[in-house]
Amino acid sequence: MHEGVYREFEETIAAGERIEPRDAMPPEYRATLIRQIAQHAHSEIIGMQPEANWITRAPSLRRKAILIAKVQDEAGHGLYLYGAAETLGARRDELLDRLHAGRQKYSSIFNYPTLTWADVGAIGWLVDGAAIVNQVPLCRCSYGPYARAMTRICKEESFHQRQGYELLLALSHGTEEQHEMAQDAVNRWWWPSLMMFGPPDGESPRTERSMAWKIKRHTNDELRQRFVDIVVPQAASLGLTLPDPLLRWNEERGHHDFGPIDWAEFHAVLRGEGPCNAQRLGQRRRAHEEGAWVREAAAAYAARHAARPAGRAA
Amino acid sequence: MVPEAAGAAGTTAGTASGTTEDAALALGDDALVLSHRLAEWAGHAPALEEEVALANLALDLLGQARTLLTMVGDEDRLAFCRQERAFRNVQLVEQPNGDFAHTIARQLYFSTYQELLWEQLAAGDGPFAPLAAKAGPETAYHRDHAVTWTLRLGDGTRLSRERMQRAVDALWRYTGELTRPVAGLAGVDWAALAAGWAERVGATLRAATLTVPEAPARAVWSAGGGRQGIHTEPFGRLLAEMQHLHRSHPGARW
Repeated sequence: MHEGVYREFEETIAAGERIEPRDAMPPEYRATLIRQIAQHAHSEIIGMQPEANWITRAPSLRRKAILIAKVQDEAGHGLYLYGAAETLGARRDELLDRLHAGRQKYSSIFNYPTLTWADVGAIGWLVDGAAIVNQVPLCRCSYGPYARAMTRICKEESFHQRQGYELLLALSHGTEEQHEMAQDAVNRWWWPSLMMFGPPDGESPRTERSMAWKIKRHTNDELRQRFVDIVVPQAASLGLTLPDPLLRWNEERGHHDFGPIDWAEFHAVLRGEGPCNAQRLGQRRRAHEEGAWVREAAAAYAARHAARPAGRAA
Repeated sequence: MVPEAAGAAGTTAGTASGTTEDAALALGDDALVLSHRLAEWAGHAPALEEEVALANLALDLLGQARTLLTMVGDEDRLAFCRQERAFRNVQLVEQPNGDFAHTIARQLYFSTYQELLWEQLAAGDGPFAPLAAKAGPETAYHRDHAVTWTLRLGDGTRLSRERMQRAVDALWRYTGELTRPVAGLAGVDWAALAAGWAERVGATLRAATLTVPEAPARAVWSAGGGRQGIHTEPFGRLLAEMQHLHRSHPGARW
């Protein structure tokens, strides 16, 4: 499509090497990455809300500390990712404006409510588990800054996922009420977690190009299958069931078969019609708007004190 | 487990009456309650960097609270099973977050107090010296964060100066309690602490082009019954939220 001009780019990709910010790259590659990285960053930021919903009610001080640290990590991941998008010429405030205006998306999963404490565990185990399966291949993605951000993020995500599993394990082996709470949470989060891998391969228009550019390494369905195969034995060791009567091991394929996903629900959530879309975006906009005077004050102070070193009080 | 008489001894200035447990409970409750308030900001902060910073403060304080409460007994029983009247935190830390300026003013007042207290305790050889040595650098960071924002808001825009001044004024009445002796806390020079606090906070407010409020008249009732378990109305609601789940499942492990 840009014969010659991007030969070096094509050669770098073909050799499996990394594209760096100053390298020439096709505008479509740049635009695709900005969109994907921004939506990834937005997901981290919106994803703070369902978990933060339980910080003030966490049932032990140890769990409370773990949850605060996790939500803090998510803000940090958002910062790395906006930083990676900025190396492509995007600006964080513009990307946030697009999120607030509903012009850029975030992961569908965060439009589901956290109704009990066990949901915090289900998010850690299933949602972070799905995120890891999605994101580990991105550590080898062709764009250097994104790949490096993902390497850092995946380390922390694995830790969160283990903590989520351990939280559910405590509930599952706790009182009868706690066990029920854990099972109910898994029942509600299972299908939305499978939807995190995106539409089926036949309906994923951008996959082919992203794979050619080595941004994406596997198709949505391949990753979804990998996730199911990883999670089924974990559910068994938790003593919890997965809410799918068609889920069973298929000897021939060497994989688990599983039931059909409700794609109508998936598309409704993406259209903004999920249970919490309005609430999540509303809170994000409100935090941004109500914080405007603080950011303006910081900018005014910085401008006034730019000429001389910041006056530090005693 | 929680001696009801503990607080009353706190009015006896300069003495070490009370036990180490009484002091640990008072300092632990301060950290626990302020940590809770700071964590309420998660997902609501004015900038992503502040999401990280406020969560960081909340975590440090929660860590301090856990160490202190464990000196007294089971941290979860103490945090989740005591009633409002048995909490020994100062009223300042239970004040609602308000706008960002209120949160910063509360943090400036408290971190300055805590930093001075840890400095003195770390220099001694009492039961709090090891914690004070570890918490000191954390608290220095907390105060630095609060000082930096006090300067930015006070010396920022007209609106931010108004809001910062309003916050400084509104929370001032809760600061007298900070420098009153804590029962069971031996070896603290409270007069020096009060003087150091006034000097540091005053210097920050002046550098931020703000007016230092006048000290509340001692003759009239002013805020400050926290150490005796007399709290402000928002505190009961904070505990209702914090304790609800734990109390709903008696004896459960999490």
